[in-house]
Amino acid sequence: MDYSYTILIPLLPFITFLILGLGSFKIKPNLAGLIGSASLGTSLILSLYTAYNYFIKVGKVDGAYEAVYAFKTTWMNFTPTLHIDMGILIDPISVMMLIVVTLIAFLVNVYSIGYMKGDTGFTKFFAFLSLFSFSMLGLVLATNLFQIYIFWELVGVSSFLLIGFYYTKPSAIIAAKKAFIVTRFADLFFLIGILLMGYYTGTFDFAELTSADSSQLAEWTSVTFMGMSIITFSLILIFIGGAGKSAMFPLHIWLPDAMEGPTPVSALIHAATMVVAGVYLVARLFNVYYVADDGLALEVVAYVGAFSSLFAAIIALTQNDIKRVLAFSTMSQIGYMMLALGVSGYEGHDGLGYMASMWHLFTHAMFKGLLFLAAGSIIHAVHSNMLKDMGSLRKKLPITHITFLIATLAIAGIPFFSGFFSKDEILLAAHHHNKFLYFVGLFVAGLTAFYMFRLYFGIFWGKEKTYSDKVHENPKSMTIPLMILAFMSIAAGYIPFSKYITADRQGFEGHIDWNMAAIAIATAVLGIALAYVFYKKETNYPEKVTKAFGIFYKWAYDKFYMDELYFFITRQIIFKRISAPFAWFDKKIIDGTMDLIGNTTVKTSEKIKGTQSGRVQDYAMYFIGGIVVITMVVKYIM
Amino acid sequence: MTIENFLLMRNEISLLAVILLILIGEIFVSNKKTVINIAIILFIVHTIIGFLPLEIGKLFGGSFRTNELVHFFKSVLNVGVIIVLLQANDWIKEKLSIENKSSEFYILLFATLLGMYYMISAGDFLMLFIGIELATIPTAALVAYETSKKKSAEAGIKFILSAALATGVSLFGISMLYASTGSIYFTEVSTLLTNTPLAVLGFVFFFAGIAFKVSLVPFHFWTADTYEGAPISVASYLSVISKASAVFVMVMVLFTVFQSLSAIWVNMIYGIAIATMFIGNLFALRQQNMKRFLAYSSIAQAGFILLGMIANTDLGITTVVYFAAIYIFSNLAAFGVVQSISHKTGKENIDDYNGLYRTNPKMSLVMLMALFSLAGIPPVAGFFGKFFLFTAAASKGYYLLVFIAVINVTISLYYYLLVVQAMFLRKGENPIPFYKNSIAAKAGLVIAVLGIFVIGLYSPIYEYIADISNFVFK
Repeated sequence: MDYSYTILIPLLPFITFLILGLGSFKIKPNLAGLIGSASLGTSLILSLYTAYNYFIKVGKVDGAYEAVYAFKTTWMNFTPTLHIDMGILIDPISVMMLIVVTLIAFLVNVYSIGYMKGDTGFTKFFAFLSLFSFSMLGLVLATNLFQIYIFWELVGVSSFLLIGFYYTKPSAIIAAKKAFIVTRFADLFFLIGILLMGYYTGTFDFAELTSADSSQLAEWTSVTFMGMSIITFSLILIFIGGAGKSAMFPLHIWLPDAMEGPTPVSALIHAATMVVAGVYLVARLFNVYYVADDGLALEVVAYVGAFSSLFAAIIALTQNDIKRVLAFSTMSQIGYMMLALGVSGYEGHDGLGYMASMWHLFTHAMFKGLLFLAAGSIIHAVHSNMLKDMGSLRKKLPITHITFLIATLAIAGIPFFSGFFSKDEILLAAHHHNKFLYFVGLFVAGLTAFYMFRLYFGIFWGKEKTYSDKVHENPKSMTIPLMILAFMSIAAGYIPFSKYITADRQGFEGHIDWNMAAIAIATAVLGIALAYVFYKKETNYPEKVTKAFGIFYKWAYDKFYMDELYFFITRQIIFKRISAPFAWFDKKIIDGTMDLIGNTTVKTSEKIKGTQSGRVQDYAMYFIGGIVVITMVVKYIM
Repeated sequence: MTIENFLLMRNEISLLAVILLILIGEIFVSNKKTVINIAIILFIVHTIIGFLPLEIGKLFGGSFRTNELVHFFKSVLNVGVIIVLLQANDWIKEKLSIENKSSEFYILLFATLLGMYYMISAGDFLMLFIGIELATIPTAALVAYETSKKKSAEAGIKFILSAALATGVSLFGISMLYASTGSIYFTEVSTLLTNTPLAVLGFVFFFAGIAFKVSLVPFHFWTADTYEGAPISVASYLSVISKASAVFVMVMVLFTVFQSLSAIWVNMIYGIAIATMFIGNLFALRQQNMKRFLAYSSIAQAGFILLGMIANTDLGITTVVYFAAIYIFSNLAAFGVVQSISHKTGKENIDDYNGLYRTNPKMSLVMLMALFSLAGIPPVAGFFGKFFLFTAAASKGYYLLVFIAVINVTISLYYYLLVVQAMFLRKGENPIPFYKNSIAAKAGLVIAVLGIFVIGLYSPIYEYIADISNFVFK
């Protein structure tokens, strides 16, 4: 099968970027939106065609899906053994990511035509979007660590431009810079990881790295340092890079601030594509993670993922800015994906975690993309991000309401919505591997259902509010993407992922373990019921729905002591005793430490300025002094 | 010795011919602008001739030597000088030619370049010293070239005083090295040199002189004051061409002459690299003037170059030369924009660049590429340069140093972004109005930007450098 046409998939957005970027002063805004959408639409069609060819038409060769190079060229011979290639790698996860990236990018592009209407620099916005799509697609298709790093950085640059797009808002500029510098800081560890990996294995190539046989592995892992092999070190360093982009604790601090960017940007970057790059990276190198030192680095991934997931979910309870709730929720869900990778095995059904992680990545892209776009639609209508400015919007924004509800049900893990299937597999994988992590995951699932429904009730039900007449449903270019994603938020659960995307690329028969699922469903429903009791009170909720939740409603509401207990546990203990300190810790300690480093740098810079006095005599003194010091050091210390 | 032997000095002879022709042209051609054009064309011809392959070998009993690497580096310097000249063209035509001192500018500049040629081709300390002096003294005149400006004169004085000190110390060092080995020829010194206190002292003194030219900490103090006061083209020439040639000399002497002292200088470079990166970056953080800003950024960049030197292998030579070539183009692109804006509007502060993208998008994009290259963000060449330097250091196990360098890359990213942010994300109260560049200035910027991309993305260049990276002189 000839896949050489796949080069067009990243190339089309790049050409669009060049056209829009260079002609940004001549091209009319509407035309720019059209060009951007058309090129991404074409990329989307090509991606779907690739998926059809890869999974259906060609299918398995010798019982496994092959990793195919659409093309590959040696770009630079770095040392006689180590060379850097450029190329396109087609394998199950890259094909899956192609669809995710092009689909969401295309929908966001269409949506932005309505959302960004009248903004200055409209054309520039589409140019940046195309640049981002190009970089992200390049990242996905990379054949080796070096290539992925180059596109990794390009993704960082283009997201910097997009987050800082509202250049008149000082907070947006600060947020853009924070996002760029924090992720770049993490990337530098990534770079050192690549360096070590390349140096000790003699290759950057994914195929060579992941297909190493046992004798080669033994050779690679023979160099140890502090009880761990250098390969494990480099894997952890690479994971730090991934954690930076994927907003894992404690490198997550840029994500909430990045919400200052335009909302469609958040849907694209902070829900579906860039933030999952870290997950993708670990999945790319999964075999190496799995075998090096018996998966020691993988344990790190699992625990960091689980902790981030819990940490973010607890903070999400306290946030009142709807985009921030979604931001923390994203962090929490990505933690889930990391957790799934961390508990995964390799062969056959053991690789359940891997499959579940990729599946959740896919479904999450759909429902979280939808949530962000719907949030954008709400913000567009009421001109505020804050929950307190919203309430009973369901009649004003009917389409947004329904689609938001579908996405919320999906993320909460309610059966027959996509999130249920992928989340269930993650919990199952965690249960096989590590009971503790399983319970963390289960608890997070409950919290997720709770805070998402708190959001939902707060926006669409809750207190009656009077809005000016201007609040109405948004134009079609904004609602149609919502509907498509709503459809995907359900449909994505029915794709037989385990047949296509597994760690060993051979596929297995997936099935739902209903016993396990029942526990997860119960947890989710409990979360929803609590949210219902707390946040839906002020309205006359239709009787029908009351009946559906009737048992929980009565149980929680009529019985006084239970009611009080819930209030006590959640409001008094969780909010005040746990959540608030967590939020404080996040703001003061984590953010504070980063600020401290920054401030110290600036202060040091201030303090040493005196040496640059402008007097040549002083300079001569320092010059001679320098020689004396160096001589002394050389003579007496070395 | 036949006339063919002298052809080993073809580069030097042809540059000397250029200088003499300009001198003659100055006498016989009355129109200053014609002389300027002749000077540029002559130099371009000289550069093209320089690209032709050259015999390698030694002259004067080994005082002058050349090999592929030396020859390649001279060509890189030539291309850099062409960019400087093109970017300076408007300034020379509109200011200097009126004050009737345009031809001298070329003569002085080319004289310093001639000095650099001899520096990098030197086979003994005497030739090296003469080269350094020839490269330094006319530079002082160039720094003080804008006689109407007080700052320019001040910068000239500061430069010549500091340079005199550095030269004196360096010469003292050479004499001590002579005292301990009895020779000034590099090949002999390298075999005779042992770890005696006198030799080590001589080495440190000599090193200080070169470190002054590279502006390593603590020999960097002249840099910012001189760059700020000097005419921008001179500052860019100093920060790029002069610095690159000194870097080359430093690698050459460390790797060959002082190989027997490598245990000492490796540790010394280690400490100086850390100090230079931090000092350069911390000072760059709070600069408002673009020239000072670039001065400190160039100090920090010199600190990164040391990471390649510390490897002390052929890989080290390759990465240093590769990085130096990238640095030349990146810094010249940045200086070119600063020069053009300063020339047209007189504005030199970072705040003046607010909203530049709106009024002058092309200039902003050039600046963006240059700064990204300096900050080491892929896929621009600077990233590859830094990556290879880090690899060179890591290959010798200097992980801590690489880690410190990585931290410094992050700090530097912050201040490079300040400028990017001013241009792209801030709105100017009083932005620089749109203007059109002359063809020469445009060409200067385009060549620099092309260089940034071509060197980074066209891999045969790196492979060619790797191929010729050695200090073996036949």
